[in-house]
Amino acid sequence: MPRIKVARKSTAIDMTAMCDVAFLLLTFFILTATARQPEPLPVDTPASTVKFKLPDVDIATLTIGQEKVFFGVPGQPIRARTLELMGEKYQISFTAEEKLRFSLMESFGVPIGNLKQIIMMKGDERNAAGLQPGIPTDSIGERPSELHNWILSARYATKELNNVDMRVSIKGDSREEYPSIKKILEILQDQNINKFSLITSLRADEN
Amino acid sequence: MAELDTSGGGKNKGGKVRSKKQSTRVDLTAMVDLAFLLITFFMLTTTLAKPQAMDLAMPDKEKIDQQELTVADNRTMTILLGANNRLEWYMGLVDKPLTPPQVDNFGRNGIRKALIENSKNVIATTGDPSKGLIVLIKPSDQSNYRNFVDILDEMKVSNIDRYAIVEISEPDIALLKRDGLYK
Repeated sequence: MPRIKVARKSTAIDMTAMCDVAFLLLTFFILTATARQPEPLPVDTPASTVKFKLPDVDIATLTIGQEKVFFGVPGQPIRARTLELMGEKYQISFTAEEKLRFSLMESFGVPIGNLKQIIMMKGDERNAAGLQPGIPTDSIGERPSELHNWILSARYATKELNNVDMRVSIKGDSREEYPSIKKILEILQDQNINKFSLITSLRADEN
Repeated sequence: MAELDTSGGGKNKGGKVRSKKQSTRVDLTAMVDLAFLLITFFMLTTTLAKPQAMDLAMPDKEKIDQQELTVADNRTMTILLGANNRLEWYMGLVDKPLTPPQVDNFGRNGIRKALIENSKNVIATTGDPSKGLIVLIKPSDQSNYRNFVDILDEMKVSNIDRYAIVEISEPDIALLKRDGLYK
């Protein structure tokens, strides 16, 4: 009996199509990945077990570390409007270019008197460690602190432009002492903001 | 197919010297491996880089003296956050605590055990699951932000939905000083 011969096929698979798809996906993910903006005040956030993701819009971030406070609000039109409102409060007029440059700043931490200087700096100069001294949080007599006004202006701007209430998140350094956190919480509570989000990183180990 | 037809069209019957033809087929396995590795990396980082947010609600400042709720002191547990990532807790009031104040650590083997146990005990004594444990968190000036977040996290983990952040009082500080958690 003649043996039935099974035709031997090569085990090499054509991978061209797979390769194409893989690179297409890779390109997509690389392009959609949002590059992390350099932060002028790097903080190490404490870990927690909560798994609630922070929303992207209409939420201002107060970064607290090394006893400095930095303020940032998302959305370029909101930033520009916030600056306008602050200018009105402190009788400082900002040019259109300054507003544009300010609206591209992720977060900042300078007293309003030095803001123009910081605005005109280049991005990497601005984010140099220790350059920005933080926003003043002390109220002077009857006048509320600058931070108070920044938050208030940002809230007005968000309400005007997006018609939603701005939320506030606090991104604190885990080594930051409690009194400086308490001070910020008090500034927020003075404006009747009683609900905040504390930004934490995901806890890896379960303890 | 990923190979090019490299066999020449003409006939080469003459006695010409021919170099040996090599296949132009490239092994794509390694490249595909790498591509998928990178895809996986980018997929995971884009979704995981988003920070987590822990919501915290504080009571309204102005209406604080509107009504003072009286709560049975056997339902309240006070946690004092001291220096060096340590804490101290007791049940009841500071001048006559129902349990002696205990120094404890954060984390699973520390305060969580006490929280879960106290929570159980309180429900057992009141006999009503809606009248559970009430935790007062008093961060001292020497505690740090991580302690603060950790203790709020413990509340979530141990399912205690009634807790408040309260200003620390002088007797509490004295207690922390006595046990070496406050300098």
